[in-house]
Order: sequence, then structure tokens, then C-alpha cells
Amino acid sequence: MPSRFLSDPVVEPAETKPAAHVHAALTRTSTGHEDLRELESGLDSLQSDAERKHRIDWSRILLPVAALVVLVLVWQFYVSLGLKRRDQVPGPLDVLNQMAVLWGEGKVQESVWTSLQRGIIGFVISVAIATPVGLLLAQVAPLRRAFGPLISGLQVLPSVAWVPAAIIWFGLTDATVYFVVFMGAIPSIISGLISGVDQIPPQYRRVGTVLGASRLQMALQVILPAALPGYLGGLKQGWAFSWRSLMAAEIIAVGGTIGFGLGSLLDQGRQLSDMAVVMAAILLILAVGILIELLVFGPIEKRLLRRRGLLAGSTR
Amino acid sequence: MPVVLEHLGKRFGDGAPVLDDVNANIRQGEFVALLGASGCGKSTLLNIIAGLEAPTSGALEVPSDGAAFMFQDAALFPWLTARENIELALKLRGVGKAERRTKAQELLELVHLGSAGDKRPHELSGGMRQRVSLARSLAQDRQLLLMDEPFAALDAITRDLLHDELERIWKETGRTIVFVTHNVREAVRLGQRVLLLSSRPGRVVQEWAVTEEHRTDAGLAGQLTGVITARLREEIRRHAK
Repeated sequence: MPSRFLSDPVVEPAETKPAAHVHAALTRTSTGHEDLRELESGLDSLQSDAERKHRIDWSRILLPVAALVVLVLVWQFYVSLGLKRRDQVPGPLDVLNQMAVLWGEGKVQESVWTSLQRGIIGFVISVAIATPVGLLLAQVAPLRRAFGPLISGLQVLPSVAWVPAAIIWFGLTDATVYFVVFMGAIPSIISGLISGVDQIPPQYRRVGTVLGASRLQMALQVILPAALPGYLGGLKQGWAFSWRSLMAAEIIAVGGTIGFGLGSLLDQGRQLSDMAVVMAAILLILAVGILIELLVFGPIEKRLLRRRGLLAGSTR
Repeated sequence: MPVVLEHLGKRFGDGAPVLDDVNANIRQGEFVALLGASGCGKSTLLNIIAGLEAPTSGALEVPSDGAAFMFQDAALFPWLTARENIELALKLRGVGKAERRTKAQELLELVHLGSAGDKRPHELSGGMRQRVSLARSLAQDRQLLLMDEPFAALDAITRDLLHDELERIWKETGRTIVFVTHNVREAVRLGQRVLLLSSRPGRVVQEWAVTEEHRTDAGLAGQLTGVITARLREEIRRHAK
């Protein structure tokens, strides 16, 4: 582009004042403060997208319901073929009836409440422990080199493996259940947070430094919020791990002062060889998992991504 | 003299020097355009002035409170609104909560974004983001403002407007500005002085004064642009094999 000026016939004599517009980039182009404000606001509105309203998207509700209906129909169809004994493979209606019986006995309410309460308490404590540890590991290189492999290892180790140890240490008490939940959730939240921190664009740290952030301010005001999408992924996974570990612990450790949870219900069904109870328990465990995702993590994640402009084009 | 550079040199490891014997004086309230082709170490020089990197030789004098910095991409935090981005800069400077609110609004008004304060970065156009970024660097309240090709990624229409805008804000706030660019027209449009850096190693090879006449007379400005472009090309030709 500048070659125009080298060979240039465009350099015009000073008296042709209107030519100033031709050389827009070289001289002042606006005639004053008000003019500039007006130009900018015009350009801003041209360059900004018109706001779109969010409507309720019915396909978001109808499609999952339709999928569920199809699955139940397939199940009913399979059962009605009569290939297996009814007490081994109960139909949807049998399970529903059993669920009603269990509800009548108060077992559904008790087991869901016990398990959910433990799951949530265990998860919250795990988050409180894992977050500072994760931040520290992500920010301090020697610590990370030292403990990184251990964290990865713990994440792969099935937390059920801790159940025998926990029973020996804590007996058949709630402590056993919580210990297993912690061993499942904490490593997973820590690694989610670390990978979230690893994905922060380096520019953010530079901005933090330039703005004069101290180490602590950098961690809390820049690193943590920047790592939030990865951290949330870690939290989701941490919840999944703690819920699974909880069920495993409840199935294995029954009796003592341990309350009656969903895992205990499942185990009871197995001991009575009552397949309808087993199916009902499995469906309850599944339903809790789906509800937590739909009511807690889903909305939080969506809000987070939308606020950062990361939702466009996704199939969520 | 807010910025004095004396025989400044910088090399990374055992590599060839990036900067070699850079000398410059920048006066209080001056607008200096630092011009150079790729590989002239413009960004390295800014980082040294900002205190983000240390020189390997020579001496420099910079304001003790450091410098405000504006990057090529707006580098706004996507989890904060425009206003919160500015407020964060104020907060990290230690400004109290109530004052942050009013100061941030003032700065938004200054860059003509008074009504866009609650928008998030992804809802703003490139030019608006850079103006928020400018407001944020002004929030740092440092006498010295370093700008690293801040308008390079913008479209031409927006850039022309931001040139006017920056000139106005510079006059209103009396900051000392060091503006790095690879665009000769931009350097002539904005700088009171244009310093040309050579490439590999970077060194100040020539400087030109830009007067008030150049701001209004397109012919004069065009001539100066031609002269500087010719000199810049001479520098680039030296590297031909």
C-alpha cells in the first residue's frame, strides 16, 4: 500500500482542502468531539448484533421425553415376547407397581434422601478440599511435578478399592461412606481444575501482571475465573465419581450405623432375589443422576458458556 | 524525562541480539510512534520499558510506578462485563469500591461507551473492545501508556476513527504515549515524533518530527509518509540475500 506514496501522484497541493477526505488515514477525519461521538456510535450500532430474545425451545423438552417413551415401549415389547421368566425380567408396569409399594413403605423417600444427603455433603466437602489444593498444584511447579502423577493415579484407581480399607479403619459407620466418596471426588476435581488452568490463554496472566495483581489476586481474580469452564468440568466429573463411589460403598457396606441408602435398597433386592426391587433401585439411582445434571450442572454450565460467548454453534 | 533509554541491548540466550544499542529520550506528555518492520524487537522493547522483561545491557530510566499497557488484542476478561473489566483494573490499583463505580463510568464515557458498560466482551465489536481496553489502561492511572499495535487487527474505518479518538484522549489526559506500529501512515497520523527501528538487531536509525500542519494537511502528511516508507524499505532491503 505505501508504494502509492513513493511513486506518487496522489500528493496534492495543500490548497485542495476537500482532499483531506481522500487521505482519511493520514489526517484528522472527524470535525470535532461531537462529530466523533456520533460517528462512533453509528459504527458501534452497525457492528453490534441485534439482540435476540430467548424463547422456550420445546424440542429440548419433547425430544428427551420421546426418547424415554420409545425405550419404555421397546422394554415392554421385549417382555411381552415372553423369552425370559417374568420374575427375572419384569416389565415396566411391574417395576412401577413395585416402586409404588416401596413408596408406600417409605423406603423410596428414605433411601433417596439418605443417599442424596450423603452425596451432597461429601461432594461439598470434596470441593472445599480440592479447590485450594488444585490451585496450589496448578500454580506451584515443583508441587505439581511432585504430586501430579499421584493425583492422576488416584483418579484412575476405582474408589471402591478403598471400601475394605475404610471398613477396617472406620467400621460400618458413615465415616466409611464419606471416606470412599472423598477418595473418588477429590482427585477428579483437582485434575479438572489443573487442566482448566493449563488452558488459560497466557495473555490473561500478562494482563494480570500489567494491572499489578499480587500472587493471591492473580489466583483469585484471574486464574480461577479464567479456569472456570475446565473447573466446572472437573466438578461434574467429581460429582459423578462421588455418586458412583457412594453407591458402591452402600452396596458393600451394609449394617452397623450406616443408614438405608439407594445402594442398600439395591443390595436388599439382590438378597431377596426380587428383580423388580433391583430395577426400581437402579432406575432411582439413574433418575437422581439425571436430575442433578438437568437441574444443577446443566443450567450452570449453559449460563457460564453463554456469558462468555462460547455457546454459539454448539448442539447443547 | 519519563523514559530514557541508553545503549539498551537485549538477547535471548545465546541467540543474535534482538535489540542493540537502543537510545531514546521520551519527554513528559509526548506521543512517540515506534515504527519498524517485523523482527525489529518492537514488542520486546515495550516489554522492557514496562518492566515485564529485563535488558541484557545498557540502562533505562522509567517512571517508578511502572506503565500502563495496551495489547494488540483487547485482552479483556470474557467473564466480566466491560464495566467490570475496568473496575478490576481500579481494584488491583487499590481504589475503594464506591469510587470504582463512578471512576469506571467516567472512563466509559471518555471512550464513548457510557451505555455499553453492562455488555460482555463477546457482545462488543472489535473497535468497542479496543476502546474498553483503552479505558482499562487509563484506569491504571500511570503517566506512561505503552501501546503494542493496538489497532492492527481492526478494519480501516474503525481504525481511522480510533486514531481521532486516541488523539483526543491523549490531549485530554496528558499521558506520555509510546505507540508501537508497523504501519507508516498510522505512525505519521498519531506520533509527534516517529522513531524508526531497524530489524535484527533493533536499533533507532532515524527519527522524524510530525507537526500540527501534518495533522490537517494531507499533502504534507503524504509526503512525510513517502519519505519514511522509503527509509523503512531501505532497512528491509539490507536483509535481502
